Amino acid sequence: MARVESEVGKPQTGLIRWIDERFPLLETLRYHATEYYASKNFNIWYVFGVLSLVVLVIQLVTGIFLTMNYKPSSDEAFASVEYIMRDVDWGWLIRYMHSTGASFFFIVVYLHMFRGMLYGSYKKPRELLWIIGMLIFLVLMAEAFAGYLLPWGQMSYWGAQVIISLFGAIPFVGDALVEYIKGDYSISDITLNRFFALHVVLLPLALIGLVFVHIVALHHVGSSNPDGIEIKNFKGSDGIPVDGVSFHPYHTSKDLVAIIVFLMVFSGVVFFAPDMGGYFLEHANFEPANTMATPEHIAPVWYFTPFYAILRAVPDKLWGAILMGGAVFIPLFLPWLDRSRVRSIRYRGWIYRTSLGLFVVSFFALGWLGLQPAEGVYVTLARIFSVIYFAFFLLMPYFTSIDKTRPVPERVVYHV
Amino acid sequence: MFRLHFPGDIVTCKAEGRTGMSGLARRLARASAYASAVAILTLLAWSPSAYAASGGPDLEQAGNDVGNIASLQRGARNFMNYCAGCHSAKYVRYNSIAKDLELTEDQVIENLMFNAEKTFETIEASMPLDAAARWFGQPPPDMSLIARAKGTDYIFSFLKGFHLDSDSPTGVDNLHLPGTSMPHVLWELQGFQRAVFEEPDESATGSDPVFSHFENASSGAISPEDYDAFVRDTVNFLEYISEPIRATRRVLGVWVLMFLVVFLIIATMLKNQIWKDVT
Repeated sequence: MARVESEVGKPQTGLIRWIDERFPLLETLRYHATEYYASKNFNIWYVFGVLSLVVLVIQLVTGIFLTMNYKPSSDEAFASVEYIMRDVDWGWLIRYMHSTGASFFFIVVYLHMFRGMLYGSYKKPRELLWIIGMLIFLVLMAEAFAGYLLPWGQMSYWGAQVIISLFGAIPFVGDALVEYIKGDYSISDITLNRFFALHVVLLPLALIGLVFVHIVALHHVGSSNPDGIEIKNFKGSDGIPVDGVSFHPYHTSKDLVAIIVFLMVFSGVVFFAPDMGGYFLEHANFEPANTMATPEHIAPVWYFTPFYAILRAVPDKLWGAILMGGAVFIPLFLPWLDRSRVRSIRYRGWIYRTSLGLFVVSFFALGWLGLQPAEGVYVTLARIFSVIYFAFFLLMPYFTSIDKTRPVPERVVYHV
Repeated sequence: MFRLHFPGDIVTCKAEGRTGMSGLARRLARASAYASAVAILTLLAWSPSAYAASGGPDLEQAGNDVGNIASLQRGARNFMNYCAGCHSAKYVRYNSIAKDLELTEDQVIENLMFNAEKTFETIEASMPLDAAARWFGQPPPDMSLIARAKGTDYIFSFLKGFHLDSDSPTGVDNLHLPGTSMPHVLWELQGFQRAVFEEPDESATGSDPVFSHFENASSGAISPEDYDAFVRDTVNFLEYISEPIRATRRVLGVWVLMFLVVFLIIATMLKNQIWKDVT
């Protein structure tokens, strides 16, 4: 296979050489880009990792500019967001990019995680890579939750009230813990200030650190592929995997196309539907937080609703909180729950395909139910789908071991 | 680009093998896959909006058009004459109204600015807020974002929903916000109406009387059609001030997308050039 001549491989002079004698610049570029080989048969599911990185950068850059104009005080927060929207040059664009970015972060991360489930990316030797990814997901949820309080709208305030009060269900220490988190007897200026600190300093630092470790782990074990085959098992005489192409320029040029398509969808929302009919920016959040008036209907933003539906499906507060936490954490154990001999869904039998389909249906159904009032048939449905959600994971050791798999080819399937 | 592995696409792969599907056809198939993804997102945006269901009577469609500058100008006049006495719009500056509504600053000063000195000031209510809170039980809410919080249909219906109620201190109640402390400010124009409720069927257990229709009690200065138009203009102005940048972002968005299309073509050519030897 012809390969693009790399500048990196040539002997260097001048500045590059000066740096390279003091810092492993070219070695790092080779290891992570020009000589990092990933399968040539990646399909669209493989772009959501790089897209998560793109959204992370969007959130960091727009976040910095928002911080320059936002006031983390209960008296001024709401007004400062409107000041950004109306009086700061380009402030509206920065704010809409940040609010849209929050939703898109979850869209691309959910799709990225689903890719792992489709192609068994979490299976040996990528268990730790998967666990680090799950930690990123948990930190991302905390980051989104802290950020949602900052505009200090009605839904910011009452949503935070509902979620923080869950810690009160913990026996003995619950009430003290709730007070410790709020820093006050109720959600107040003090709570807003500390959530601001968490949202702009601690959690982004944790996020960047974990993303770095995620990529280091990825490049150590190598990317999986839609066939679930180790490309390292078939190396040419040059020691390079025959089915691999270097990350740069092959995958980078392909990712660039994906990034532009993503930006088109992203811009479509930012410029033409920034509140997405109340799903990305909730209508009630255009009213300033009012500690005296509970909104009729408290619903978290869409990306938390599958878990919120599970919380409300359980009649007991403590068990509801435990099951909600369990629903978030349980995918972490996928590498050990999945006993199948093959990785990719392409070679799995009908049992796994059906189960995964049911899981997807239950996730969407729970997401929708989390937006509905917790009454009548909605609660019954939420209970049914919660059972399916957990059954998918808890029964997995059984159904993946009896599922009839098909033979896996030795080389990846690739159509030009 | 990328091969999608949706069920339909497996068919595409097989078809390629048999008939030698042309590059253009494959590209079209991919394009349609992307288009359907975008369509799903768009549908999401337009699906029944998530305004909190009040469980009250059905709302009337406001049918306003934020692009209609003449309507916005009339709405600004209505707002300053009938609303701004009690309601502020404290994030909205007079000079930005002038710019967006194609008025000169002098026109704004003469026709709209009743209690401000400079055009960069924001719209404050003439009535002091603490006194208002004492008189009405709560201060009249700020109107800057009311259209984004409640929806235009709600405000349109609310402003048409006042009906006589002898138990209320203001003499009226509102169909869409029962127990409101707001008086029927527009009574001069609309006149007064009575709400007719129907007793529910015997089968429906324990439900309240259901709203049927309004009947005229005393006519106002303008016809019902003109009153609808008056309210529509006012709602239109409220929608404009809730997001003044709306028109700008839509125009800019078209340019951004056009740029991205060009960028996409170039990036795709680059990618195809780099990948042409991969077999």
